[in-house]
Amino acid sequence: MKILVCISKTPDTTSKIAFTDGNKKFDETGVQWIINPYDEWYSLVRAIELKEKDAAVTIHLVTVGGADCDPIIRKALALGGDEAIRVNSDSTDSYFIAAQIAEVAKKGGYDLIFTGKEAIDYNGASIGGMVAELVDIPYVSLATLFELNGTTATITREIEGGEEVAEVSLPVVVSCQKGVAEQRIPNMRGIMAARTKPLQVVEPVAADTLTSVVNFELPPAKAGVKLVDADNVAELVRLLHEEAKVI
Amino acid sequence: MSVLIFVDQTENHIKKASYEVLTYGAQVAKQMGTTAEALVLGTVNDDLASLGKYGITKVHQVANESLNHVDTQLYAKVIAEAVTASGANVLIFSHNQTGKAVAARVAARLKAGIVTGACALPDTSNGFVVRKTVFSGKAFANISINSPVRIISLNPNSYQTVAGEGTAEVSALNVAVDASKVKITAVNKVSGEVPLTEADIVVSGGRGLKGPENWGILLDLAKELHAATACSRPVGDAHWRPHHEHVGQTGVQIAPNLYIALGISGAIQHLAGVNRSKVIVVINKDPEAPFFKAADYGIVGDLFEVVPKLTEEIHKMKAS
Repeated sequence: MKILVCISKTPDTTSKIAFTDGNKKFDETGVQWIINPYDEWYSLVRAIELKEKDAAVTIHLVTVGGADCDPIIRKALALGGDEAIRVNSDSTDSYFIAAQIAEVAKKGGYDLIFTGKEAIDYNGASIGGMVAELVDIPYVSLATLFELNGTTATITREIEGGEEVAEVSLPVVVSCQKGVAEQRIPNMRGIMAARTKPLQVVEPVAADTLTSVVNFELPPAKAGVKLVDADNVAELVRLLHEEAKVI
Repeated sequence: MSVLIFVDQTENHIKKASYEVLTYGAQVAKQMGTTAEALVLGTVNDDLASLGKYGITKVHQVANESLNHVDTQLYAKVIAEAVTASGANVLIFSHNQTGKAVAARVAARLKAGIVTGACALPDTSNGFVVRKTVFSGKAFANISINSPVRIISLNPNSYQTVAGEGTAEVSALNVAVDASKVKITAVNKVSGEVPLTEADIVVSGGRGLKGPENWGILLDLAKELHAATACSRPVGDAHWRPHHEHVGQTGVQIAPNLYIALGISGAIQHLAGVNRSKVIVVINKDPEAPFFKAADYGIVGDLFEVVPKLTEEIHKMKAS
């Protein structure tokens, strides 16, 4: 059983969001980088849990990015990945990135491909579906539970106003969110072991870039909160009705 | 050349988010000087000709029952064929659960550039530039799509649905549908409640409510407002409320017209899930709660006193 876990590098959730270069680039000054939480807490940890149950499971990690991704990949290896592949490209186009991962996936012959439900920087939620299409296998998105029985996966996924349970034969691509697993912290043994685990750097294959960032903008600052006295709740109702017109 | 809008359905009815994208797509077509057409997969009980009210001239339907359920592999194939058959060069989805599952897959199949989570009409004056929210609502990015076919998925609740007059031509589209490899064994919907992601108003509770036994005042307020209910992460983690109510960075992300936060401090992770709400009301006894900085209206006070009064005042306002 071979599992491929897609990993992306994102700014920490609490990072200050600012832009440079005429608002064309994200300002990385002072930013702490983390593994995208959906990739780490849910998909990687679930893969590790599957490996703990069945020693025949191997976990490969894949990321598309420059050498600045290596500390993040090492952390993912410390948590419990066996090997990592970094495709050396700093593209931000989702199709280009998906084409790289699909190439790795086809060569590796994986039974299961996990992604996070989205990355917390671009919020694209696109890579899983694209990889599934390019590899031509089923894709189940927004999983909240993932169970494996032999070569059949039972996946609970979020739908509007509830959830549904899907059964699918491997191979499959699954995008994971809260519920699939719980966050873990790497231990010292894992950190030491990660130093010597293989991290293979490969050059990207040719693929089209279909989108490009024109610029970024910050939202206009909020006008500031209008505070209403706790003894005058009727005034809040009036403001919501007459001024904001939301009730 | 035309704009094709994917119409999402559940249990044979068109979803609310679909009317929003139909209105949006018709406007995109108008500014590009072309027609807006719709694509319906599966069997639906709604009157498809009436989609003309939203500016749609033609509705393509693949009325195959096996498409009543979303299988991304089948959907991608059928939608891609519909794009080719209708000659569309712009395809529009809602960025709801179905859109998130399907849109990117269609993009890969058609080799079409995609912007997911769009929040405004595209700028078509010079090229095709789509504005989207990034960094969980903390910024916007303007993205140029450089392929012949362009795909947009629109954040729910970011465009005003407008219904006018009109009748659309309904046309059956014959597309072969493969057997699904994904078997749905159970569907559990929370009945009788407003789905969180489709709600206009959301009332949400945090640790300030002190325990699940105190949720009555929140539920009364939600009922008065016909609102969906939500909660913060600690509340979900402590099982005071079901997990699916958790809004925030790792929970559900919502953008209602009105978000009322009761006893939630407003950690940055929580804000990431709700900061696209149009109006935010915060009720918290701590004047230093960071949520007040992100709020439009606030009351510093004891929610156990304020919330029942609020429900009563809303009731009075509605009765008058």
